[in-house]
Amino acid sequence: MKNSTQQTAVLEYAIRLGDDATVLGHRICEWCSNAPFLEEDLALSNVALDYIGRARLFYGYAAELAGDGRSEDDFAYMRDEREFSNLLIYELPRGDFAYSIVRQVFVDVYSLAFLTKLQQSSDATLSGIAGKAIKETKYHLRRSKDWILRLGDGTQESHDRTQKAVDALWGYTHEMFELDAIEQQLADAGIGVDSTALKADWLVSIKAILQEATLSLPTEEWAVRGGRSGYHTENLGHLLTEMQFLQRSLPGQEW
Amino acid sequence: MNSNQLELFEVFIRSQRGLDHKHVGSLHAEDSEQALEYARDVYTRRSEGVSIWVVKSDDICASQEDDAESFYDPSDDKPYRHATYYQLPDEVSGM
Repeated sequence: MKNSTQQTAVLEYAIRLGDDATVLGHRICEWCSNAPFLEEDLALSNVALDYIGRARLFYGYAAELAGDGRSEDDFAYMRDEREFSNLLIYELPRGDFAYSIVRQVFVDVYSLAFLTKLQQSSDATLSGIAGKAIKETKYHLRRSKDWILRLGDGTQESHDRTQKAVDALWGYTHEMFELDAIEQQLADAGIGVDSTALKADWLVSIKAILQEATLSLPTEEWAVRGGRSGYHTENLGHLLTEMQFLQRSLPGQEW
Repeated sequence: MNSNQLELFEVFIRSQRGLDHKHVGSLHAEDSEQALEYARDVYTRRSEGVSIWVVKSDDICASQEDDAESFYDPSDDKPYRHATYYQLPDEVSGM
């Protein structure tokens, strides 16, 4: 039985995971009609929809825990930038195709490990969502890994663009493996994931993938953080402006 | 990259166990591994299948329109190739 502090923490946790999925889902949606060719366009849209579906599950659970009449739509459409708590790597613009693929490799390897742990959560709903999401993530990783090998080990231009993306995204990966007080509390209680413990394995996998793709691991160490506490890059505001426009102009509008 | 630089593949899907794979369409991909993934993304997103085959379109040897006369016409006047041509003796049952 959860006490009320714990219940508040789980609510916050569900919102965070919902924010991660919403924001990345929206970013990948931006490829729709812009991908390099038709087949890839559909494939990317599928991935985006997987994330939107995941966001609905997390927000739906948050709405249930909040019990104050807020719905999943309220979490997605009626909160402002500072209230969003997604990790920064998810909100960065889609960039070129190499950039989107490299981000996807970074987050897919992370998500696979994260969801595997979340499946063991003592919270049955979180564990259930993880069980469903992990199947999608296995496929996402298969795709993104396949692509980074093609791009890294492709032409000189695709190699250079991919390496540039690896270097540009590197500093945003560290935040995935940090815990704040809420996450620490939930990890200790066996509800949340101790993501600090995932970093060593993530690095091993990423090193192997980069090596196979003839790319090099960045040596420059820098880190940007703040997403979990609502300090975002300038990109999130633009994303929300577009994503929330309809609900903001016509609140409660349905179709 | 555009699809001119990619190879064309034909996609066959088996909708459920026990049924045959059926041709559902084609797609562009760099190689067969990628074609399999795209087939999954393009043709099975509404749970259409449990198994996928992809084949390079170039690897399919197809009969031509010109072949029709010599391929198919000769069988038009050979009714004895159909079981219904034969009258069964009354003693034969269970056919």
